[in-house]
Amino acid sequence: MAETATVDAPAEAATGANLLQVRNLEAWYGESHILHGINFDVNAGEVVTLLGRNGAGKTTTLKSIMGIIGKRTGSVKFNNQDIIRTTSDKIARMGIAFCPEERGIFSSLDVRENLLLPPVVRPGGLPLEQIFDLFPNLKERLNSQGTKLSGGEQQMLAIARILRTGANFLMLDEPTEGLAPVIIQQIGHTIARLKKEGFTILLVEQNFRFASTVADRYYVVEHGKIIDGFSNSELAANMDKLHTYLGV
Amino acid sequence: MQALYAQLLVGLINGSFYALLSLGLAVIFGMLNIINFAHGALYMMGAFVAYFLLNIGGINYWWALLLAPIVVGIFGMILERTMLQWLTGLDHLYGLLLTFGIALIVQGVFQNYFGSSGMPYAIPDQLKGGMNLGFMFLPVYRGWVVIFSLVVCIATWFLIEKTRLGAYLRAATENPTLVRAFGVNVPRMITLTYGLGVGLAALAGVLSAPINQVRPLMGADLIIVVFAVVVIGGMGSIMGSIITGFALGVIEGMTKYFYPEASNTVVFVLMVLVLLVKPTGLTGRAA
Repeated sequence: MAETATVDAPAEAATGANLLQVRNLEAWYGESHILHGINFDVNAGEVVTLLGRNGAGKTTTLKSIMGIIGKRTGSVKFNNQDIIRTTSDKIARMGIAFCPEERGIFSSLDVRENLLLPPVVRPGGLPLEQIFDLFPNLKERLNSQGTKLSGGEQQMLAIARILRTGANFLMLDEPTEGLAPVIIQQIGHTIARLKKEGFTILLVEQNFRFASTVADRYYVVEHGKIIDGFSNSELAANMDKLHTYLGV
Repeated sequence: MQALYAQLLVGLINGSFYALLSLGLAVIFGMLNIINFAHGALYMMGAFVAYFLLNIGGINYWWALLLAPIVVGIFGMILERTMLQWLTGLDHLYGLLLTFGIALIVQGVFQNYFGSSGMPYAIPDQLKGGMNLGFMFLPVYRGWVVIFSLVVCIATWFLIEKTRLGAYLRAATENPTLVRAFGVNVPRMITLTYGLGVGLAALAGVLSAPINQVRPLMGADLIIVVFAVVVIGGMGSIMGSIITGFALGVIEGMTKYFYPEASNTVVFVLMVLVLLVKPTGLTGRAA
Protein backbone atom coordinates (compact mmCIF):
# COMPACT_ATOMS: atom_id res chain seq x y z
CA MET A 1 0.00 0.00 0.00
CA ALA A 2 3.05 2.28 -0.04
CA GLU A 3 2.12 3.55 -3.43
CA THR A 4 -1.43 4.45 -2.61
CA ALA A 5 -0.30 6.03 0.63
CA THR A 6 1.67 8.62 -1.26
CA VAL A 7 -1.29 9.16 -3.50
CA ASP A 8 -3.63 9.72 -0.58
CA ALA A 9 -1.88 12.93 0.29
CA PRO A 10 -2.80 15.33 -2.51
CA ALA A 11 0.29 16.16 -4.48
CA GLU A 12 -0.51 19.82 -4.51
CA ALA A 13 -3.24 20.96 -2.20
CA ALA A 14 -2.70 24.49 -3.29
CA THR A 15 -6.05 25.69 -4.56
CA GLY A 16 -8.62 25.17 -1.88
CA ALA A 17 -10.47 22.98 0.54
CA ASN A 18 -10.91 19.29 -0.08
CA LEU A 19 -14.10 19.05 -2.14
CA LEU A 20 -14.17 15.39 -3.14
CA GLN A 21 -12.60 12.59 -1.19
CA VAL A 22 -12.70 9.05 -2.58
CA ARG A 23 -11.57 6.24 -0.32
CA ASN A 24 -11.35 2.55 -1.07
CA LEU A 25 -14.03 2.81 -3.75
CA GLU A 26 -15.01 -0.52 -5.27
CA ALA A 27 -17.61 -1.02 -7.97
CA TRP A 28 -19.20 -3.83 -9.93
CA TYR A 29 -20.97 -4.13 -13.28
CA GLY A 30 -23.22 -7.08 -12.62
CA GLU A 31 -20.80 -9.85 -11.68
CA SER A 32 -17.63 -8.19 -12.88
CA HIS A 33 -15.59 -6.37 -10.29
CA ILE A 34 -14.27 -3.20 -11.97
CA LEU A 35 -12.92 -0.92 -9.25
CA HIS A 36 -10.67 -2.47 -6.59
CA GLY A 37 -10.22 0.33 -4.08
CA ILE A 38 -9.80 3.76 -5.63
CA ASN A 39 -8.32 6.54 -3.48
CA PHE A 40 -7.97 10.15 -4.51
CA ASP A 41 -8.94 13.71 -3.68
CA VAL A 42 -10.05 16.76 -5.59
CA ASN A 43 -9.71 20.19 -4.08
CA ALA A 44 -12.05 23.05 -4.78
CA GLY A 45 -11.08 24.98 -7.89
CA GLU A 46 -8.77 22.30 -9.29
CA VAL A 47 -8.78 20.51 -12.61
CA VAL A 48 -7.82 16.89 -11.90
CA THR A 49 -7.35 14.35 -14.65
CA LEU A 50 -7.68 10.60 -14.44
CA LEU A 51 -5.34 8.97 -16.94
CA GLY A 52 -5.16 5.33 -17.87
CA ARG A 53 -5.62 2.79 -20.59
CA ASN A 54 -8.93 1.66 -21.98
CA GLY A 55 -10.82 -0.44 -19.47
CA ALA A 56 -8.73 0.71 -16.51
CA GLY A 57 -11.81 1.95 -14.65
CA LYS A 58 -11.75 5.71 -15.26
CA THR A 59 -15.31 6.00 -16.55
CA THR A 60 -16.54 3.61 -13.88
CA THR A 61 -14.95 5.86 -11.27
CA LEU A 62 -16.91 8.86 -12.56
CA LYS A 63 -20.11 6.86 -12.77
CA SER A 64 -19.62 5.54 -9.24
CA ILE A 65 -19.22 9.07 -7.91
CA MET A 66 -22.36 10.07 -9.83
CA GLY A 67 -24.24 7.15 -8.27
CA ILE A 68 -25.15 5.40 -11.51
CA ILE A 69 -23.26 2.17 -10.90
CA GLY A 70 -25.55 -0.30 -9.17
CA LYS A 71 -23.13 -1.87 -6.74
CA ARG A 72 -20.47 0.27 -5.12
CA THR A 73 -18.73 0.24 -1.73
CA GLY A 74 -16.17 2.34 0.09
CA SER A 75 -16.57 6.02 0.71
CA VAL A 76 -17.14 9.02 -1.56
CA LYS A 77 -17.32 12.27 0.35
CA PHE A 78 -18.48 15.43 -1.35
CA ASN A 79 -18.33 18.55 0.80
CA ASN A 80 -17.71 16.15 3.71
CA GLN A 81 -20.98 14.32 3.11
CA ASP A 82 -20.79 10.63 2.30
CA ILE A 83 -22.69 10.00 -0.95
CA ILE A 84 -21.87 6.34 -1.54
CA ARG A 85 -25.47 5.33 -0.76
CA THR A 86 -27.13 8.40 -2.28
CA THR A 87 -29.21 8.10 -5.46
CA SER A 88 -27.95 9.94 -8.52
CA ASP A 89 -30.75 12.51 -8.62
CA LYS A 90 -29.88 13.59 -5.07
CA ILE A 91 -26.16 13.60 -5.87
CA ALA A 92 -26.88 15.90 -8.82
CA ARG A 93 -28.81 18.21 -6.53
CA MET A 94 -25.76 18.50 -4.25
CA GLY A 95 -23.92 20.16 -7.11
CA ILE A 96 -22.19 17.42 -9.09
CA ALA A 97 -22.75 17.33 -12.84
CA PHE A 98 -21.72 14.64 -15.27
CA CYS A 99 -20.94 14.85 -18.97
CA PRO A 100 -20.84 11.27 -20.25
CA GLU A 101 -18.40 9.91 -22.80
CA GLU A 102 -21.18 9.16 -25.30
CA ARG A 103 -22.39 12.74 -24.71
CA GLY A 104 -25.98 11.72 -24.11
CA ILE A 105 -27.64 14.21 -26.45
CA PHE A 106 -31.34 13.37 -26.74
CA SER A 107 -32.60 12.85 -30.27
CA SER A 108 -36.24 13.51 -29.42
CA LEU A 109 -35.31 16.93 -28.04
CA ASP A 110 -34.16 19.95 -30.01
CA VAL A 111 -30.97 21.80 -29.05
CA ARG A 112 -32.83 24.30 -26.89
CA GLU A 113 -34.64 21.53 -25.01
CA ASN A 114 -31.39 19.61 -24.57
CA LEU A 115 -29.69 22.72 -23.25
CA LEU A 116 -32.47 23.52 -20.79
CA LEU A 117 -33.10 19.92 -19.74
CA PRO A 118 -30.96 19.58 -16.59
CA PRO A 119 -32.86 21.33 -13.80
CA VAL A 120 -31.17 24.16 -11.93
CA VAL A 121 -29.97 22.57 -8.70
CA ARG A 122 -28.60 25.64 -6.95
CA PRO A 123 -28.00 29.32 -7.66
CA GLY A 124 -24.80 30.45 -9.33
CA GLY A 125 -24.99 28.69 -12.70
CA LEU A 126 -23.79 30.46 -15.81
CA PRO A 127 -26.45 32.60 -17.46
CA LEU A 128 -27.41 31.61 -21.00
CA GLU A 129 -25.67 34.64 -22.58
CA GLN A 130 -22.40 33.53 -21.08
CA ILE A 131 -22.93 29.98 -22.32
CA PHE A 132 -23.61 31.25 -25.85
CA ASP A 133 -20.53 33.38 -25.50
CA LEU A 134 -18.53 30.20 -24.82
CA PHE A 135 -20.31 28.18 -27.53
CA PRO A 136 -21.59 30.55 -30.22
CA ASN A 137 -22.43 27.64 -32.56
CA LEU A 138 -25.16 26.45 -30.24
CA LYS A 139 -27.03 29.73 -30.39
CA GLU A 140 -27.42 29.41 -34.14
CA ARG A 141 -28.72 25.88 -33.95
CA LEU A 142 -31.20 26.10 -31.10
CA ASN A 143 -34.06 24.67 -33.14
CA SER A 144 -32.17 21.76 -34.68
CA GLN A 145 -32.74 18.23 -33.50
CA GLY A 146 -30.13 17.46 -30.84
CA THR A 147 -28.50 14.60 -32.68
CA LYS A 148 -28.35 16.50 -36.00
CA LEU A 149 -25.41 18.49 -34.61
CA SER A 150 -21.84 17.62 -35.53
CA GLY A 151 -19.81 15.61 -33.03
CA GLY A 152 -18.03 18.74 -31.81
CA GLU A 153 -21.26 20.67 -31.41
CA GLN A 154 -22.82 17.77 -29.54
CA GLN A 155 -19.87 17.76 -27.16
CA MET A 156 -20.25 21.50 -26.63
CA LEU A 157 -23.95 21.05 -25.99
CA ALA A 158 -23.21 18.26 -23.52
CA ILE A 159 -20.86 20.55 -21.60
CA ALA A 160 -23.01 23.67 -22.01
CA ARG A 161 -26.12 22.12 -20.51
CA ILE A 162 -24.42 21.31 -17.20
CA LEU A 163 -23.01 24.82 -16.80
CA ARG A 164 -26.31 26.57 -16.17
CA THR A 165 -27.48 24.24 -13.40
CA GLY A 166 -25.38 25.76 -10.65
CA ALA A 167 -23.41 22.55 -10.13
CA ASN A 168 -19.86 23.57 -9.29
CA PHE A 169 -18.20 20.18 -9.61
CA LEU A 170 -18.08 18.93 -13.20
CA MET A 171 -17.07 15.46 -14.31
CA LEU A 172 -16.16 15.34 -17.99
CA ASP A 173 -15.61 11.93 -19.52
CA GLU A 174 -13.27 12.13 -22.52
CA PRO A 175 -14.59 15.41 -23.88
CA THR A 176 -12.11 15.41 -26.77
CA GLU A 177 -12.71 11.89 -28.05
CA GLY A 178 -13.08 11.74 -31.80
CA LEU A 179 -12.96 15.50 -32.32
CA ALA A 180 -10.93 17.65 -34.70
CA PRO A 181 -7.87 19.48 -33.28
CA VAL A 182 -9.44 22.92 -33.63
CA ILE A 183 -12.45 21.80 -31.61
CA ILE A 184 -10.25 20.15 -29.01
CA GLN A 185 -8.53 23.49 -28.66
CA GLN A 186 -11.86 25.23 -28.16
CA ILE A 187 -12.80 22.74 -25.46
CA GLY A 188 -9.42 23.32 -23.82
CA HIS A 189 -10.08 27.07 -23.73
CA THR A 190 -13.50 26.39 -22.29
CA ILE A 191 -12.13 24.24 -19.48
CA ALA A 192 -9.51 26.87 -18.66
CA ARG A 193 -12.21 29.52 -18.54
CA LEU A 194 -14.48 27.38 -16.37
CA LYS A 195 -11.63 26.91 -13.94
CA LYS A 196 -11.28 30.69 -13.76
CA GLU A 197 -15.01 30.95 -13.09
CA GLY A 198 -14.44 28.76 -10.04
CA PHE A 199 -15.64 25.38 -11.29
CA THR A 200 -13.89 22.28 -10.01
CA ILE A 201 -13.36 19.74 -12.77
CA LEU A 202 -12.61 16.03 -12.74
CA LEU A 203 -11.56 15.00 -16.20
CA VAL A 204 -11.11 11.59 -17.75
CA GLU A 205 -8.79 11.68 -20.74
CA GLN A 206 -6.94 9.36 -23.07
CA ASN A 207 -5.54 12.39 -24.86
CA PHE A 208 -2.64 13.07 -22.59
CA ARG A 209 -1.36 16.02 -24.58
CA PHE A 210 -4.74 17.72 -24.21
CA ALA A 211 -4.92 16.93 -20.51
CA SER A 212 -1.51 18.51 -19.92
CA THR A 213 -2.83 21.86 -21.20
CA VAL A 214 -5.62 22.07 -18.64
CA ALA A 215 -4.91 19.86 -15.61
CA ASP A 216 -3.46 20.83 -12.23
CA ARG A 217 -2.94 17.26 -11.12
CA TYR A 218 -3.06 13.74 -12.53
CA TYR A 219 -3.91 10.34 -11.21
CA VAL A 220 -3.12 7.17 -13.12
CA VAL A 221 -5.72 4.42 -13.02
CA GLU A 222 -4.85 0.82 -13.75
CA HIS A 223 -6.84 -2.35 -13.12
CA GLY A 224 -9.36 -0.46 -11.01
CA LYS A 225 -6.80 1.19 -8.73
CA ILE A 226 -4.98 4.50 -8.58
CA ILE A 227 -1.34 3.55 -9.08
CA ASP A 228 0.28 6.97 -9.21
CA GLY A 229 -0.40 10.65 -8.87
CA PHE A 230 1.52 13.85 -9.49
CA SER A 231 1.05 17.53 -10.14
CA ASN A 232 1.49 19.37 -13.41
CA SER A 233 4.83 20.75 -12.25
CA GLU A 234 6.08 17.20 -11.69
CA LEU A 235 4.91 16.17 -15.11
CA ALA A 236 8.25 16.42 -16.93
CA ALA A 237 9.95 14.24 -14.32
CA ASN A 238 7.24 11.62 -14.66
CA MET A 239 7.08 11.45 -18.43
CA ASP A 240 8.93 8.15 -18.77
CA LYS A 241 6.78 6.47 -16.14
CA LEU A 242 3.68 7.80 -17.83
CA HIS A 243 4.65 6.38 -21.19
CA THR A 244 4.98 3.00 -19.56
CA TYR A 245 1.63 3.31 -17.76
CA LEU A 246 -0.26 4.42 -20.80
CA GLY A 247 1.67 2.38 -23.33
CA VAL A 248 2.17 5.33 -25.65
CA MET B 1 -76.66 8.13 -47.26
CA GLN B 2 -78.14 8.51 -43.77
CA ALA B 3 -76.79 5.10 -42.87
CA LEU B 4 -73.34 5.99 -44.15
CA TYR B 5 -73.17 9.11 -41.98
CA ALA B 6 -74.48 7.17 -39.02
CA GLN B 7 -71.71 4.59 -39.44
CA LEU B 8 -69.19 7.35 -39.89
CA LEU B 9 -70.29 8.78 -36.54
CA VAL B 10 -70.11 5.38 -34.86
CA GLY B 11 -66.65 5.02 -36.33
CA LEU B 12 -65.56 8.39 -34.98
CA ILE B 13 -66.86 7.49 -31.54
CA ASN B 14 -65.09 4.15 -31.48
CA GLY B 15 -62.08 5.98 -32.85
CA SER B 16 -62.22 8.35 -29.88
CA PHE B 17 -61.97 5.44 -27.49
CA TYR B 18 -59.23 3.78 -29.54
CA ALA B 19 -57.28 7.02 -29.60
CA LEU B 20 -57.58 7.70 -25.85
CA LEU B 21 -56.64 4.12 -24.99
CA SER B 22 -53.80 3.72 -27.46
CA LEU B 23 -52.45 7.13 -26.47
CA GLY B 24 -52.23 5.95 -22.86
CA LEU B 25 -50.62 2.70 -23.96
CA ALA B 26 -48.07 4.62 -26.03
CA VAL B 27 -47.20 6.94 -23.14
CA ILE B 28 -46.80 3.99 -20.78
CA PHE B 29 -44.79 1.95 -23.23
CA GLY B 30 -42.46 4.86 -23.90
CA MET B 31 -41.63 5.46 -20.27
CA LEU B 32 -42.02 2.06 -18.59
CA ASN B 33 -41.29 -0.18 -21.54
CA ILE B 34 -44.31 -2.19 -20.49
CA ILE B 35 -47.14 -3.31 -22.74
CA ASN B 36 -49.98 -2.58 -20.37
CA PHE B 37 -52.48 -5.37 -20.79
CA ALA B 38 -54.34 -4.09 -17.73
CA HIS B 39 -55.44 -1.09 -19.80
CA GLY B 40 -58.86 -2.50 -20.68
CA ALA B 41 -59.59 -3.40 -17.08
CA LEU B 42 -58.64 0.12 -15.97
CA TYR B 43 -60.90 1.60 -18.67
CA MET B 44 -63.70 -0.53 -17.23
CA MET B 45 -62.84 0.68 -13.72
CA GLY B 46 -63.20 4.26 -14.94
CA ALA B 47 -66.76 3.53 -16.04
CA PHE B 48 -67.50 1.77 -12.75
CA VAL B 49 -66.12 4.63 -10.68
CA ALA B 50 -68.48 6.97 -12.57
CA TYR B 51 -71.33 4.53 -11.89
CA PHE B 52 -70.53 4.34 -8.15
CA LEU B 53 -70.14 8.08 -7.87
CA LEU B 54 -73.57 8.60 -9.38
CA ASN B 55 -75.47 5.79 -7.67
CA ILE B 56 -73.83 5.84 -4.26
CA GLY B 57 -72.52 9.36 -3.87
CA GLY B 58 -75.00 11.18 -6.09
CA ILE B 59 -72.04 12.77 -7.85
CA ASN B 60 -72.83 13.64 -11.44
CA TYR B 61 -71.18 12.90 -14.79
CA TRP B 62 -69.18 16.12 -14.93
CA TRP B 63 -67.47 15.44 -11.62
CA ALA B 64 -66.96 11.84 -12.69
CA LEU B 65 -65.02 13.04 -15.74
CA LEU B 66 -62.57 14.58 -13.29
CA LEU B 67 -62.70 12.17 -10.37
CA ALA B 68 -62.71 8.77 -12.11
CA PRO B 69 -59.37 9.35 -13.88
CA ILE B 70 -57.88 10.54 -10.57
CA VAL B 71 -59.18 7.54 -8.60
CA VAL B 72 -58.13 5.01 -11.23
CA GLY B 73 -54.88 6.90 -11.77
CA ILE B 74 -54.06 6.54 -8.07
CA PHE B 75 -54.94 2.84 -8.25
CA GLY B 76 -52.57 2.57 -11.23
CA MET B 77 -49.79 4.37 -9.40
CA ILE B 78 -50.15 1.94 -6.51
CA LEU B 79 -49.85 -0.95 -8.99
CA GLU B 80 -46.74 0.66 -10.44
CA ARG B 81 -45.10 1.27 -7.06
CA THR B 82 -45.88 -2.14 -5.65
CA MET B 83 -45.46 -4.35 -8.71
CA LEU B 84 -44.57 -2.90 -12.10
CA GLN B 85 -41.47 -1.05 -10.93
CA TRP B 86 -39.77 -4.36 -10.18
CA LEU B 87 -39.97 -5.32 -13.85
CA THR B 88 -37.42 -2.70 -14.94
CA GLY B 89 -34.82 -4.31 -17.13
CA LEU B 90 -36.65 -7.60 -17.48
CA ASP B 91 -37.98 -9.10 -20.70
CA HIS B 92 -41.27 -7.68 -22.04
CA LEU B 93 -42.87 -11.02 -21.40
CA TYR B 94 -42.89 -10.45 -17.64
CA GLY B 95 -44.70 -7.15 -17.97
CA LEU B 96 -47.17 -8.75 -20.32
CA LEU B 97 -47.88 -11.62 -17.95
CA LEU B 98 -48.16 -9.40 -14.89
CA THR B 99 -50.46 -6.81 -16.45
CA PHE B 100 -52.55 -9.51 -18.10
CA GLY B 101 -52.88 -11.20 -14.71
CA ILE B 102 -53.89 -7.91 -13.10
CA ALA B 103 -56.53 -7.45 -15.82
CA LEU B 104 -57.97 -10.92 -15.18
CA ILE B 105 -58.10 -10.37 -11.43
CA VAL B 106 -59.71 -6.94 -11.68
CA GLN B 107 -62.26 -8.14 -14.23
CA GLY B 108 -62.93 -11.27 -12.19
CA VAL B 109 -63.62 -9.29 -9.05
CA PHE B 110 -66.06 -6.99 -10.84
CA GLN B 111 -67.74 -9.92 -12.57
CA ASN B 112 -68.17 -11.62 -9.24
CA TYR B 113 -70.15 -8.71 -7.86
CA PHE B 114 -71.86 -7.34 -10.93
CA GLY B 115 -72.26 -10.29 -13.31
CA SER B 116 -71.74 -9.83 -17.00
CA SER B 117 -74.72 -7.77 -18.01
CA GLY B 118 -74.52 -4.06 -18.49
CA MET B 119 -75.78 -1.45 -16.08
CA PRO B 120 -77.22 1.72 -17.54
CA TYR B 121 -75.60 5.09 -17.01
CA ALA B 122 -77.80 7.98 -18.06
CA ILE B 123 -76.63 10.67 -20.42
CA PRO B 124 -76.32 13.91 -18.43
CA ASP B 125 -79.22 16.30 -18.98
CA GLN B 126 -77.08 18.94 -20.63
CA LEU B 127 -76.06 16.52 -23.38
CA LYS B 128 -79.40 14.89 -24.07
CA GLY B 129 -81.22 15.24 -27.36
CA GLY B 130 -79.84 15.78 -30.80
CA MET B 131 -79.25 18.19 -33.57
CA ASN B 132 -80.43 18.00 -37.13
CA LEU B 133 -77.41 18.81 -39.25
CA GLY B 134 -79.42 18.71 -42.45
CA PHE B 135 -77.71 15.64 -43.84
CA MET B 136 -78.00 13.63 -40.62
CA PHE B 137 -79.28 13.58 -37.06
CA LEU B 138 -76.48 14.01 -34.51
CA PRO B 139 -77.10 12.92 -30.93
CA VAL B 140 -75.47 15.64 -28.82
CA TYR B 141 -73.73 13.22 -26.48
CA ARG B 142 -71.97 11.46 -29.34
CA GLY B 143 -70.75 14.71 -30.78
CA TRP B 144 -69.50 15.66 -27.33
CA VAL B 145 -67.52 12.42 -26.99
CA VAL B 146 -65.73 12.94 -30.29
CA ILE B 147 -64.86 16.58 -29.65
CA PHE B 148 -63.89 16.13 -26.01
CA SER B 149 -61.67 13.11 -26.82
CA LEU B 150 -59.98 15.06 -29.57
CA VAL B 151 -59.30 17.95 -27.19
CA VAL B 152 -57.88 15.61 -24.52
CA CYS B 153 -55.69 13.83 -27.08
CA ILE B 154 -54.29 17.09 -28.41
CA ALA B 155 -53.73 18.43 -24.90
CA THR B 156 -51.80 15.27 -24.03
CA TRP B 157 -49.78 15.58 -27.21
CA PHE B 158 -49.01 19.20 -26.35
CA LEU B 159 -47.97 18.26 -22.82
CA ILE B 160 -45.53 15.66 -24.07
CA GLU B 161 -44.14 17.35 -27.17
CA LYS B 162 -44.15 21.02 -26.25
CA THR B 163 -43.62 21.48 -22.52
CA ARG B 164 -40.67 21.23 -20.19
CA LEU B 165 -42.26 18.34 -18.32
CA GLY B 166 -42.73 16.63 -21.66
CA ALA B 167 -39.05 17.19 -22.46
CA TYR B 168 -38.18 15.32 -19.24
CA LEU B 169 -40.50 12.52 -20.30
CA ARG B 170 -39.05 12.23 -23.79
CA ALA B 171 -35.49 12.42 -22.50
CA ALA B 172 -36.17 9.82 -19.81
CA THR B 173 -37.69 7.55 -22.47
CA GLU B 174 -34.34 7.66 -24.26
CA ASN B 175 -31.93 7.55 -21.33
CA PRO B 176 -33.47 7.42 -17.84
CA THR B 177 -30.10 6.97 -16.12
CA LEU B 178 -28.70 10.22 -17.48
CA VAL B 179 -31.88 12.20 -16.82
CA ARG B 180 -31.76 11.00 -13.24
CA ALA B 181 -28.09 11.98 -13.00
CA PHE B 182 -29.18 15.52 -13.91
CA GLY B 183 -31.22 15.64 -10.72
CA VAL B 184 -34.65 14.55 -11.94
CA ASN B 185 -36.50 12.06 -9.76
CA VAL B 186 -37.12 9.62 -12.60
CA PRO B 187 -38.80 6.85 -10.57
CA ARG B 188 -41.43 9.34 -9.40
CA MET B 189 -41.87 10.56 -12.96
CA ILE B 190 -42.42 6.97 -14.13
CA THR B 191 -45.10 6.46 -11.49
CA LEU B 192 -46.86 9.67 -12.53
CA THR B 193 -46.63 8.68 -16.19
CA TYR B 194 -48.32 5.39 -15.49
CA GLY B 195 -50.96 7.31 -13.56
CA LEU B 196 -51.46 9.60 -16.55
CA GLY B 197 -51.77 6.76 -19.06
CA VAL B 198 -54.17 4.88 -16.83
CA GLY B 199 -56.13 8.08 -16.14
CA LEU B 200 -56.69 8.48 -19.88
CA ALA B 201 -58.11 4.96 -20.00
CA ALA B 202 -60.43 5.74 -17.09
CA LEU B 203 -61.54 8.94 -18.82
CA ALA B 204 -62.44 6.91 -21.91
CA GLY B 205 -64.38 4.58 -19.61
CA VAL B 206 -66.47 7.46 -18.23
CA LEU B 207 -67.14 8.80 -21.73
CA SER B 208 -68.21 5.38 -22.87
CA ALA B 209 -70.54 4.61 -19.93
CA PRO B 210 -73.66 6.37 -21.30
CA ILE B 211 -73.14 4.86 -24.77
CA ASN B 212 -72.06 1.30 -24.08
CA GLN B 213 -73.36 0.78 -20.52
CA VAL B 214 -71.15 -0.26 -17.62
CA ARG B 215 -70.00 -3.88 -17.83
CA PRO B 216 -67.11 -5.78 -16.19
CA LEU B 217 -65.92 -7.06 -19.57
CA MET B 218 -66.35 -3.82 -21.52
CA GLY B 219 -62.59 -3.33 -21.56
CA ALA B 220 -61.70 -6.89 -22.44
CA ASP B 221 -63.71 -6.62 -25.66
CA LEU B 222 -62.22 -3.30 -26.62
CA ILE B 223 -58.59 -3.83 -25.70
CA ILE B 224 -57.91 -6.44 -28.39
CA VAL B 225 -58.81 -3.92 -31.10
CA VAL B 226 -56.84 -1.22 -29.32
CA PHE B 227 -53.72 -3.36 -29.38
CA ALA B 228 -54.16 -3.84 -33.10
CA VAL B 229 -54.46 -0.06 -33.39
CA VAL B 230 -51.24 0.39 -31.43
CA VAL B 231 -49.41 -2.14 -33.58
CA ILE B 232 -50.59 -0.40 -36.74
CA GLY B 233 -49.74 3.08 -35.45
CA GLY B 234 -46.38 2.14 -34.06
CA MET B 235 -45.67 1.69 -30.38
CA GLY B 236 -44.46 4.75 -28.58
CA SER B 237 -45.49 7.44 -31.07
CA ILE B 238 -47.88 9.94 -29.50
CA MET B 239 -49.34 11.63 -32.56
CA GLY B 240 -49.25 8.31 -34.43
CA SER B 241 -51.43 6.63 -31.85
CA ILE B 242 -53.97 9.48 -31.88
CA ILE B 243 -54.31 9.62 -35.65
CA THR B 244 -54.35 5.85 -36.05
CA GLY B 245 -56.98 5.56 -33.33
CA PHE B 246 -59.42 7.91 -35.03
CA ALA B 247 -58.59 6.66 -38.54
CA LEU B 248 -59.17 3.02 -37.70
CA GLY B 249 -62.43 3.84 -35.97
CA VAL B 250 -63.61 5.52 -39.17
CA ILE B 251 -62.33 2.70 -41.39
CA GLU B 252 -64.17 0.21 -39.20
CA GLY B 253 -67.35 2.31 -39.44
CA MET B 254 -67.07 2.56 -43.20
CA THR B 255 -66.58 -1.17 -43.48
CA LYS B 256 -69.79 -1.68 -41.53
CA TYR B 257 -71.58 0.28 -44.21
CA PHE B 258 -69.95 -1.13 -47.31
CA TYR B 259 -69.21 -4.71 -46.26
CA PRO B 260 -70.62 -5.40 -42.78
CA GLU B 261 -69.33 -8.98 -42.67
CA ALA B 262 -65.75 -7.71 -42.49
CA SER B 263 -66.28 -4.95 -39.94
CA ASN B 264 -64.96 -7.00 -37.03
CA THR B 265 -61.87 -8.16 -38.84
CA VAL B 266 -60.87 -5.17 -40.95
CA VAL B 267 -58.60 -3.76 -38.25
CA PHE B 268 -56.76 -7.05 -37.93
CA VAL B 269 -56.41 -7.43 -41.69
CA LEU B 270 -54.90 -3.95 -41.77
CA MET B 271 -52.61 -4.91 -38.92
CA VAL B 272 -51.29 -7.88 -40.87
CA LEU B 273 -50.79 -5.76 -43.99
CA VAL B 274 -48.94 -3.03 -42.07
CA LEU B 275 -46.75 -5.56 -40.29
CA LEU B 276 -45.82 -7.15 -43.62
CA VAL B 277 -44.80 -3.83 -45.13
CA LYS B 278 -43.51 -1.92 -42.10
CA PRO B 279 -42.92 -4.05 -39.01
CA THR B 280 -42.39 -1.02 -36.74
CA GLY B 281 -45.87 0.33 -37.49
CA LEU B 282 -46.79 3.35 -39.58
CA THR B 283 -45.14 5.96 -37.37
CA GLY B 284 -42.94 3.77 -35.21
CA ARG B 285 -39.20 3.90 -34.97
CA ALA B 286 -37.06 0.80 -34.96
CA ALA B 287 -36.60 -0.43 -31.40
